[in-house]
Amino acid sequence: MLKVTDLSKSFGGLKAVNQVSLNVREGQIVSLIGPNGAGKTTMFAMVAGFIEPNSGTVMFDGNDITGQQPHRICDSGMVRTFQITQPFAKLSTLENIMVGAYCRTGNRRQAEAEARIVAKQVGMEDLLNKDADSLTVSGCKRLELARALATKPRLLLLDEVMAGLNPTEIDETVEVIKGIRSSGVTIFLIEHVMKAVVNLSDYSYVLNDGVLIAQGTPTEIANDKAVIEAYLGHGAAELMQKRGISNA
Amino acid sequence: MSSLQDSHKLLIVIGLAVAIAFPLVINNNFYIDILTLILFSAFLGQSWNILGGYAGQFSFGGVVFFGTGAYASSILMETYSIDPWIGIFAAIFAGAIMGMLIGFISFRYGLKGSYFALITLAFAEFFRVIANSVEFTGGGAGIFIDHEPSLARLQFQDPSGYYYLALIMTVISLLVAWWLKQSRFGARLVAIRENEDAAKALGVNVFRCKMYAIIISGAMGGAAGTFYAQKFLYLDPPIAFGVDISVEMLLVTIVGGLGTVFGPLLGAFVLHGISELARHFLEAPGLSLMVYGAILVLIIGFLPNGLIGAFSRFGKKKKDNKDA
Repeated sequence: MLKVTDLSKSFGGLKAVNQVSLNVREGQIVSLIGPNGAGKTTMFAMVAGFIEPNSGTVMFDGNDITGQQPHRICDSGMVRTFQITQPFAKLSTLENIMVGAYCRTGNRRQAEAEARIVAKQVGMEDLLNKDADSLTVSGCKRLELARALATKPRLLLLDEVMAGLNPTEIDETVEVIKGIRSSGVTIFLIEHVMKAVVNLSDYSYVLNDGVLIAQGTPTEIANDKAVIEAYLGHGAAELMQKRGISNA
Repeated sequence: MSSLQDSHKLLIVIGLAVAIAFPLVINNNFYIDILTLILFSAFLGQSWNILGGYAGQFSFGGVVFFGTGAYASSILMETYSIDPWIGIFAAIFAGAIMGMLIGFISFRYGLKGSYFALITLAFAEFFRVIANSVEFTGGGAGIFIDHEPSLARLQFQDPSGYYYLALIMTVISLLVAWWLKQSRFGARLVAIRENEDAAKALGVNVFRCKMYAIIISGAMGGAAGTFYAQKFLYLDPPIAFGVDISVEMLLVTIVGGLGTVFGPLLGAFVLHGISELARHFLEAPGLSLMVYGAILVLIIGFLPNGLIGAFSRFGKKKKDNKDA
């Protein structure tokens, strides 16, 4: 469904993303993980049209969408959320979600009805009339998810929707994401919460310093030497092996 | 965005009835003139509000559309003897084209916030100098408009004629603002104001929406220009492109309530009301301006969401109490 080939982006002398290729198949949940500063968000921004890549291509449903405007990409069925939540602060939750719903309908009543359905799906039905700037962290994260969902995407890019949530909220969000997938939406997510990654992903890619260092199922990834060293430092993999610790 | 409550509907109907009946009941040209100016300034404010209040693109040169429209219809009338009935549509068209031009140059290159404010100011100044220097605008001497009252010329013997014209224009502007509150386009403008990146991600064509907003704003400004010229019968570059009207537009809107349907109207009432009262009751020269300024500071300092914001906050509190 999404096919990224040799995508690169430099900021000045820094190669934020370097020749990354990856694939998201329809119906799957695919995750992109890696330490802070690895280039994950830049990767998302390029895929969703917010940053123009220096080289490489992004194909969505067989169409080349490299460098297209974000609103067009959204129209064609791919939508992203923001890691740093970007609510329409002075609007209510309902109005926030309606902006997303307006992507598919020009009718106010219909947009409102759809926004209510989506709000229920992510568990925000009690917060509809609250102003977005009065929401908690978890509320803002859900709002990001709800607004994106309201655009009726076929591919949803989720950028750390679980960061800053407590364990109960994480479990709830995992269930919500599973529900979204079973309604037929393909999901590509960036996440640091490993429990969620392992629980959700069919396939994972690991990015470090802008380079793809591993890919595979979450279990394969968790025992990959390069991945362990990227997170825990050089020599960590050997140490773990010696002491008989397994991640799986 | 809730639909109108019955009490609000009643208030609007009463307001409109009073507005229509006013010149028939109070046969005093002085008051009719003041009300005409209030409505005119509410209309100007609304034209600015669409771009500045709803879409969040603050312009300091809103006068440029007004001036374009004023010159368009006045030149057509004085030089080519075309009635302002047609001229006002030419003015609307010219204002819209001006909006398109400035919008394209500014939004294409992503000018936002203070940069957008400055470029609009620069455009207004640019046209002020041009209007001062070329022949067909009458240069610095300006254009005198002949007063031959007739409906076709949009000129009236009786001030109530202008009053009703201003009333019609204001009602139209309120309808435009109300439509924005209800429509997808309006929701998108507000989304752009609140967070441009998020709007983009959710499928909003930010450039196009801003263009539509500035075109509507420009068209309304153009109509206001024709009205001004037909009422005051004189036009020169400082009036048409100076800062006075730019400030007036944003002042009534900000005082009344940015991005609200009735904000500019309320702001125009309060500001002109205060200014007239101060002038009426304070004899010492300059004192009325001081009082006016002091009240302005108080309003802006204590009511960050404008007068409408203060009312709705009060309304909310009352409702919360009722719920409890």
